[in-house]
Amino acid sequence: MNFLRNPFRTPQTGKLYPNYWDLIALFVVLSLIGMLAWNAKQMATPYQIGGQLPISLDPLYLPIYALRTVSRMLIALVFSLLFTFTIATWAAKNRRAARIIIPIIDILQSVPILGFLSIAVVGFIELFPGSMLGPECAVIFVLFTSQAWNMALGFYQTVRSVPADLEEAANMFHLSAWQRFWRIEVPFSLPGLLWNTMMSMSAGWFFVVFSEAVTVNKQQILLPGIGSYITVAIQNANMNAIGYAILTMFIVILIYDQLLFRPLVAWAEKFRMEHVGEEAREIHSWVINLLHRTHFLRYVGERITLLFDAFVNLSFFRSKLTITKRISWAVRHERLVNGIWDFLLGAIAFGSLVFLIEFIRQHIPYDVIKHVIMLGLITALRVFILIILCTLVWVPIGVWIGLRRDVAQIIQPIAQFLAAFPANLLYPLVVILIVKYHLNVNIWVTPLMILGSQWYILFNVIAGASIIPKDLLNVADNLGLNIWLRWRRLILPGIFPYYITGAITAAGGAWNASIAAEVVSWGDKKLVATGLGAYITEYTGAGDFMHVALGIGMMCILVLILNRLIWRPLYTLAENRFQLE
Amino acid sequence: MINAEINKPIIEIVNVEKSFKTGDHQDLLVLNDINFRMYEGEIVAILGKSGSGKSTLLRIIAGLMQPSKGDVFYRGKSVYGPVRGISMVFQNFALLPWLTVLQNVELGLEALGVDKAERRVRALKAIDTIGLDGFESAYPKELSGGMRQRVGFARALVVNPDILLMDEPFSALDVLTADNLKSDLLDLWQTKKTGIHGILFVTHNIEEAALLADRIIVFNSNPGSIRGELKVTLPQPRSDLDPRFRNQVDRVYTLMTTQLQTDIEGYVPIDLGYRLPDASVAEITGLLETLNAPETNGKMDLPDVADILMLDIDDLFPLTELLEILHFAKVSKGDITITEAGKAFVEADILERKKIFLQHLKQYVPLARYIYEQLNHHPRHRALEENFLSLLEDYLTEKEAARVLETVIEWGRYAELFAYDYNAGVLSLENPR
Repeated sequence: MNFLRNPFRTPQTGKLYPNYWDLIALFVVLSLIGMLAWNAKQMATPYQIGGQLPISLDPLYLPIYALRTVSRMLIALVFSLLFTFTIATWAAKNRRAARIIIPIIDILQSVPILGFLSIAVVGFIELFPGSMLGPECAVIFVLFTSQAWNMALGFYQTVRSVPADLEEAANMFHLSAWQRFWRIEVPFSLPGLLWNTMMSMSAGWFFVVFSEAVTVNKQQILLPGIGSYITVAIQNANMNAIGYAILTMFIVILIYDQLLFRPLVAWAEKFRMEHVGEEAREIHSWVINLLHRTHFLRYVGERITLLFDAFVNLSFFRSKLTITKRISWAVRHERLVNGIWDFLLGAIAFGSLVFLIEFIRQHIPYDVIKHVIMLGLITALRVFILIILCTLVWVPIGVWIGLRRDVAQIIQPIAQFLAAFPANLLYPLVVILIVKYHLNVNIWVTPLMILGSQWYILFNVIAGASIIPKDLLNVADNLGLNIWLRWRRLILPGIFPYYITGAITAAGGAWNASIAAEVVSWGDKKLVATGLGAYITEYTGAGDFMHVALGIGMMCILVLILNRLIWRPLYTLAENRFQLE
Repeated sequence: MINAEINKPIIEIVNVEKSFKTGDHQDLLVLNDINFRMYEGEIVAILGKSGSGKSTLLRIIAGLMQPSKGDVFYRGKSVYGPVRGISMVFQNFALLPWLTVLQNVELGLEALGVDKAERRVRALKAIDTIGLDGFESAYPKELSGGMRQRVGFARALVVNPDILLMDEPFSALDVLTADNLKSDLLDLWQTKKTGIHGILFVTHNIEEAALLADRIIVFNSNPGSIRGELKVTLPQPRSDLDPRFRNQVDRVYTLMTTQLQTDIEGYVPIDLGYRLPDASVAEITGLLETLNAPETNGKMDLPDVADILMLDIDDLFPLTELLEILHFAKVSKGDITITEAGKAFVEADILERKKIFLQHLKQYVPLARYIYEQLNHHPRHRALEENFLSLLEDYLTEKEAARVLETVIEWGRYAELFAYDYNAGVLSLENPR
């Protein structure tokens, strides 16, 4: 169950301090955000977005809305794959490119995606004035950013770890770069890539639901889809509609899980090099079994294989068989090229730094920064407490389940399913309770942040507990270890790497969710908690992009710092010390 | 084969040298001044210990790597990259697990742009020749190691190569399977069912070299160079029970263990960055016990040692090397003899053994001595392993440096010369509390 087993896939794994590439990447990313915000501010005029379709709360419309939502996800996925196959491959093949691309992607991973939405909306509206295409593209862009980084980093890593003898065999038999890509690199990365893709998709449901209905610059934009449906339902305080939406989403995710996710992952198993095979990650899919056994579908499969064959062997991409001593210009002048490259990067980094300083000096007073840092710390505290609470709840339960094979087989898919379910659909249910019993908003809004991502802790712990070797459990019984010793010496160390993976994912999810969870409403009641997420949401609604950029930047920096100071060392420790071989 | 010498060589290697960059831009020489020729109709074995650079040489010939100096010629033309006409079989098969046997075999033809129908015909024929029919639609993971290597052979043969290169092709297989595959290969070769005009292979197995090759090129380590060359004139099929064959094997051992001109009676002292052999204390103790057994009288033939202990030369030579470094035994002309110190060590009890080992370790292994001295100088008698690692990386590749340090740490811990904390990566003089 390698779910996101490598949250830190960068080549510098294990180093506590950022190296200078990370810093350059950070400057570049932050100033990009700044520039976009500045750009957005220039055009803070009321939008002309063409005729908006009114969202109907009639449940009959829900299938159509669901279809719209799903197609947004799939379009974003296609772009993410394109990005992965091009940019990540480039980085894997070219060290110079990798030195800057990889740190940038790494930093982009910690940019809160939802905060980005408003800025993206403004940008795309400018691109397609007077039509709904702008907001549509913005949503797809946001989904793209939620999927692409994770997929690209994973792909980069696996392409670089293609076994040397496969590379050599490819060379010996004169495969062209094109053939090699489709015959070796893509198949080799496929299990990991698919898994990452599916996990990105799972996380994506949350974002798509949030971003379909967004208030930018005091103006609400509603794109037809489940997210807008539920937003309208909340505005009208319509309990029934919320129930329908949850039901529809449930069905959609069920179909996605059973018809797409599981069959693909089960199919991809055949691409796995066997030495990693035994990790109790057998995934069965009734769909794939059906496919294998039906004559007609087998025929279709064979046709597809033939087509793929022809595609791989397109004569345009065949290797030229003449071998000459080719030493390209770039190789001969390696020093010079390196020098120019470093100079360019240095210039970009310097430019970004100057821009950032100017930007902050001109637009953001010092006490505002202090205030934002305070808010950031409050949200960080929330995330921290949530992780502790979830750990206390889910670790014992997960271990209990994981040690029982039959129970785990039932629960594991359910936990994965729940992780995909967009938790923001459930927010109204909690909000109603808070409103009804007049609970403290700052405390009771907090659990919403972890509602969706707590499952990552659960199913990772289950996976970890289920691979603790039987021998070791027997030894523990044989030595008569009491419960406490058994946990301290065997179970906790055994699940540690998995737990850490789950906790990192859960924490990342909670940060992102804070933007959606710290401001919630029901009918005309609006609950606002104190925190960085609320800050970003409030200023997004008000159309104050400078403050939005400041909030995003701050969240990005905080997430990075916490990753470096807490999660990465823990992760390295888990990898080195507690990996069961 | 008789007229081989008058033919033009198929492969000619002239003054080839290869070095890799290690830390601090220093170059590590792995191949030094290699010259040889391979002629039409020959099977040539390159025999050497692991790390002698023999696989690197094979890759240079294959065009997978460029030599740092010197030239490789294939039929008179310089080799700059993988050449058509040279095919290769890999140690761990290098099959694509997501392709069926048939698709794997077709891969090389695909690259050549052979059209689909012809591809199919040729691949099926190659599969047939190598004895794989019936498995065309199987995936590699369904096959045993021997069958997988057959796929490797079929893939190499289907492109009608002129020369077949093999990188330890049988070392990942069990003995029986390997024997079976070897005799099938010889069959193919002798009946000339393939268009191959020469086979060049790399091995660390002396018997294997003597069984297959017409000519054995023996490699030196550090840096890799040609130590000598032996012709094997026994007719095929050869049997490893034949006394003439045993005699050949003995000659190879002698060639491999005879010290070269420079050293007279005595030991060659090693330096700080020496590539210490990968041997554990338990293993050398076991070997010494065998040597010291009453019936051997402290002296044994190396092929016998290898036979009795069932060790490959890759397993055996590191042990004999460490015994020599520590002055516990002396190897020459294919024999190994226990020394007085070795006798004392093996006859002592556990604690006494540690003392003797400690003394010899400090005296004869400069790296162990250096670590000990550094720890002594340090005010708190501690040092990070990285310091020693970066020192070793000036002499060895990154991987080897780590391996050597790990080895010396194990010896040092056994001798209680110093202690090591795995979590912190710290070497120290104090014992753990």
